[in-house]
Amino acid sequence: MCLGIPGEIVEILPDQPDLAKVDVSGVRRNINIGLITDDDPQPGDWILIHVGFALSKIDEAEAKAAMDFLEGIGQAYADEIEALMESRIE
Amino acid sequence: MRYVDEYRDADKARALAASIASLCEPGRQYKFMEVCGGHTHTIYKHGLEDYLPENVTLVHGPGCPVCVIPMGRVDDTIHIAEQDDVIMTSFGDMMRVPGGRGSFFDSKAAGADIRMVYSPLDALKIARQNPDKKIVFMAIGFETTAPSTAMTVLRAKAEGLTNFSIFCNHVTILPAIKAILDSPDLRLDGFIGPGHVSTVIGCRPYDFIAREYGKPLVVAGFEPLDILQSIHMLLSQLAEGRSEVENQYGRVVPWEGNLTALKVINETMELRPYFEWRGLGFISHSALKVRDTFAAFDAERIFEIPGSRVADPKACQCGEVLKGVLKPWECKVFGTACTPETPIGTCMVSSEGACAAYYNFGRFTRERVQEATRG
Repeated sequence: MCLGIPGEIVEILPDQPDLAKVDVSGVRRNINIGLITDDDPQPGDWILIHVGFALSKIDEAEAKAAMDFLEGIGQAYADEIEALMESRIE
Repeated sequence: MRYVDEYRDADKARALAASIASLCEPGRQYKFMEVCGGHTHTIYKHGLEDYLPENVTLVHGPGCPVCVIPMGRVDDTIHIAEQDDVIMTSFGDMMRVPGGRGSFFDSKAAGADIRMVYSPLDALKIARQNPDKKIVFMAIGFETTAPSTAMTVLRAKAEGLTNFSIFCNHVTILPAIKAILDSPDLRLDGFIGPGHVSTVIGCRPYDFIAREYGKPLVVAGFEPLDILQSIHMLLSQLAEGRSEVENQYGRVVPWEGNLTALKVINETMELRPYFEWRGLGFISHSALKVRDTFAAFDAERIFEIPGSRVADPKACQCGEVLKGVLKPWECKVFGTACTPETPIGTCMVSSEGACAAYYNFGRFTRERVQEATRG
């Protein structure tokens, strides 16, 4: 659970502006963006996600670097993505 | 060097390594602690120690949130889970951590309703769906994770939920670093500062390490080159007689941290007078509890908590590993009685634990050391 995983904002939910639909390695899930509202998150922005919350905005190069790191660590990342797939934040 | 050769930037890493070697004073030993479990992973995955001169040693710190939870808190969580109508929720990493009475998985098998969640917001959803049950979220983690719990508590309050609470086990990294600096067991020359914790707290809170203890700290990213560059920055400071806080991970970590995250933590939680850490014992002001104003969401006030104290198994040396005094493979049960499949200590349970990282990526090193000792 200690990992920060990169994702790309697909859309901000119109009825719940604290939530965004985010693409993480092809998996789309709702992520809370309430901690980064000062950074004005928009569709197309990359974010670093931790336990269902965006912790910071990052650029695409950093997102790629973070993904390389995660894919390299093996099981821990597989577990994290599996947990994320089960997640249904509303 | 086989791990290193797989790394795509091996040439850059070698160039940095040469520069690192040139910064070392001959005959001087350097010991740097990487505080964060994610860094430990990178170091073993890519065999970074093989890049460093013999007189530069990396030691692992207490930055694995699962690893530092004492067995008594595992037992207390199970105690709450066994109460009538309770659904306990927890991150998956905690499920296999052994307490004095077994793990969450054991308790679940015996009939308690303990569920894995990805996010505290998933626990909140379970609370909405089960109004006649009491949903408790077993909250763990450093400053990286505490804002998520805080936001969830604020949300629960805003929605008027009355069946959701947290069993708060959030810890703060600075008192643990201070405890290690004050301990006579280990002499350190500097710190590779945690990446994600710093995203929240920023770089300023580390100032006391540089000013009062005279040790440099460099906040680092998670790529192999990030770690090597951070070691280079630490050695440059030492060579120039400086001790400062520097930020190698500026592309993600703002100097001031995430002010919204700090605000929501402060709104919902406050420091405990003391908290027990596995291996490090009781440390003053090192953990968070729910503020009085949010008492309705505090499992410690809703349920009677036994406050279990359980000594670690005698064979387990997680404490020494967490303090950086022992390398994982120096533990008596590493890789024999204690493996990721049948862990005795927390450092082998969590994928971020130093022992699990060593076990998964470092066996090559251990075998080499064994051969050397034999020969």
